[in-house]
Amino acid sequence: MAAVRTSSEIGFNRIAIVAVLVVTIIFLAPIYWIASTAFKPRNLATTIPPTVVFQPEISPFVKLFTKRSQMRSPPSPEEYAAAPWWERVVFDGGEKIVRDGKDQVQWSGYPSRFLNSLIIAITSTVLAVGMGTFTAYGFSRFKVKGEADLLFFILSTRMLPPVVVAIPMFLMYRAVGLNDSHIGLIILYTAFNLSFSVWLMKGFMDEIPKEYEEAALVDGYTRMEAFFKIVLPEAATGIAATAVFCFITAWNEYAFALIMTNRRAQTAPPFIPSQVGSGLPDWTVIAAGTFLFLLPVAIFTFLLRNHLLRGMSFGAIRK
Amino acid sequence: MAHIQLKNISKTFGNHTALTGLDLDIADGEFFVLLGETGAGKTTTLRLIAGLEKPSEGQVFIDGVDVADWGAAERDVALVLQQYSLYPRYTVRENLEFPLKPKIRRLPDAEIKDRVDRAARTLRIEHLLDRKTDRLSGGEMQRVSIGRAIVRKPRVFLMDEPLSALDAKLREALRTELKNLQIQLGATFLFVTHDQIEAMSMGDKVGVLNHGRIVQTGTPHEIYNNPRDTYVASFVGSPPMNLIDGRLVNGRAVMAPLNFELPFSGGAKTSAATDGRPLVFGIRPEDVYLESGAPVEARVHDVENHGVEKILTLRVGDTTLRATVPARTDVAIEQPVRFAWNPDKVVLFDKGSGVSLRHAS
Repeated sequence: MAAVRTSSEIGFNRIAIVAVLVVTIIFLAPIYWIASTAFKPRNLATTIPPTVVFQPEISPFVKLFTKRSQMRSPPSPEEYAAAPWWERVVFDGGEKIVRDGKDQVQWSGYPSRFLNSLIIAITSTVLAVGMGTFTAYGFSRFKVKGEADLLFFILSTRMLPPVVVAIPMFLMYRAVGLNDSHIGLIILYTAFNLSFSVWLMKGFMDEIPKEYEEAALVDGYTRMEAFFKIVLPEAATGIAATAVFCFITAWNEYAFALIMTNRRAQTAPPFIPSQVGSGLPDWTVIAAGTFLFLLPVAIFTFLLRNHLLRGMSFGAIRK
Repeated sequence: MAHIQLKNISKTFGNHTALTGLDLDIADGEFFVLLGETGAGKTTTLRLIAGLEKPSEGQVFIDGVDVADWGAAERDVALVLQQYSLYPRYTVRENLEFPLKPKIRRLPDAEIKDRVDRAARTLRIEHLLDRKTDRLSGGEMQRVSIGRAIVRKPRVFLMDEPLSALDAKLREALRTELKNLQIQLGATFLFVTHDQIEAMSMGDKVGVLNHGRIVQTGTPHEIYNNPRDTYVASFVGSPPMNLIDGRLVNGRAVMAPLNFELPFSGGAKTSAATDGRPLVFGIRPEDVYLESGAPVEARVHDVENHGVEKILTLRVGDTTLRATVPARTDVAIEQPVRFAWNPDKVVLFDKGSGVSLRHAS
């Protein structure tokens, strides 16, 4: 069948390839834009038409990680010569790096926000996927009273846009002192993702033949042992797919992070645009922040890509 | 090794009744075959014994002990299923070791290795031990799952249609192997199947299950020659027993409303009481024979050539019946023939209840 191809099949194939290329370019264009802007000199960032060929610079990243202040006059030649290379690129932009009394370089808010994002997204993903997996297993394998109603209730938590409850949540969080705390955002994101995780994992659990566990039960294992030894490895694909989706949701969440946090537990998404407002926006720094922010999701997805391809096809392919 | 007893078992799933008032007695070391159509409750019975389901009513005894409170792990039974019985991702060796490694009966490593090797030798799968299970053929997989059962030396082997997914040749080969294995181990086997040939050829005893009830239990010979009712008669045997409506009149079988009669040599149970009563006459196709001087004329409706024999479909009026004749018999379709039956082999069933008169008391 595959060896002989008619001319119409070849024609269709070519059209398909062109379509895939066009779609890929459309999806990749904004990412290219961000990535290229992150390495541009500041004066080329906003040129019209956009500058495509330029000498890449690292200065946006230096600026991203440091606190800077405007200089009224350029640095003296001695000062310039004595400065390390990363300070010179800041001098070139007419700024200098802020140091404290002990001459220590002051970090910008970005690294701690980035760390917050990592802590909150990873923890909430682990919690949501973990609880979702157990819940889905229960729903899939045992007779649960009112199963359909319970599942619908779980799903219904996603029927309103979450922002609708932002104000009451904010007031409740402030009352119990959860605002601007890591644990507060972790609870919120876990709650959002849990319904999604339960439903997705239920689909994957239903796909795993219960005969496997029953064989293990008959062989002398407890249900818990059977779950960990047999079900969990079989569900790995589903768990990976669910984890990627949960991670992306938690990582990208903006509205609640903006409302619930302002400093200590603030994540990267509300922080990056907050930099636009101070003085004349330096788009290269914002692009650098966004570019770094994209990396964890890209890496995470890349690591799990084999599982994902199988996971996306759901029940279409058995094993 | 064990003696299994089910007493008055009923099992319902919601509104659906799977089993009603089931009694079963499987002797130690017996090869018991549970035969029934899809949905008759065979698998449910097996799962009740394995401890994967709890009966709604009734008791399960293993060696005389009520095992109601025992989990599947404690019952020490082995289960072989039609499919999905091997753990994916594991090699054959890991699959065979798996039942020997649970906490409740963890064996020493040397013993595990010894048992796995012995099972592999018995089933001739030694060359497959390091292979992943997804790279096995259907027959090899089924051998490995039987191996997973025998390494344990369980008290009872429960097999749920283990051969049904295999092709015909392999099924035949494994049928013989399984039977030999059972004799060699001297173990109690409960084998579930919808295939009456498997039941007849393997079972020491056969239980026929219909709609959640045991219809008849007996040796394959009893089931075949002396079916308890018309259901068993038509379910067991290929082709099945011919069932023809009729009456007994003065020791002759009158096939009313058809206009033909055949001699009938009544058994002890046929008395004047059966005379004139509406009955069903059951006769196996091999007990119907063609003879030039025989009492009834029929036409050959269809001929199936099976090599060693031919199965003829004979037409009398608008009734058809099957006859198994030697292959050398020369017949053509629509040819008129005369046939008779072996009167000793005729089984009488009550028309209303379908129960054999020999079994009715």
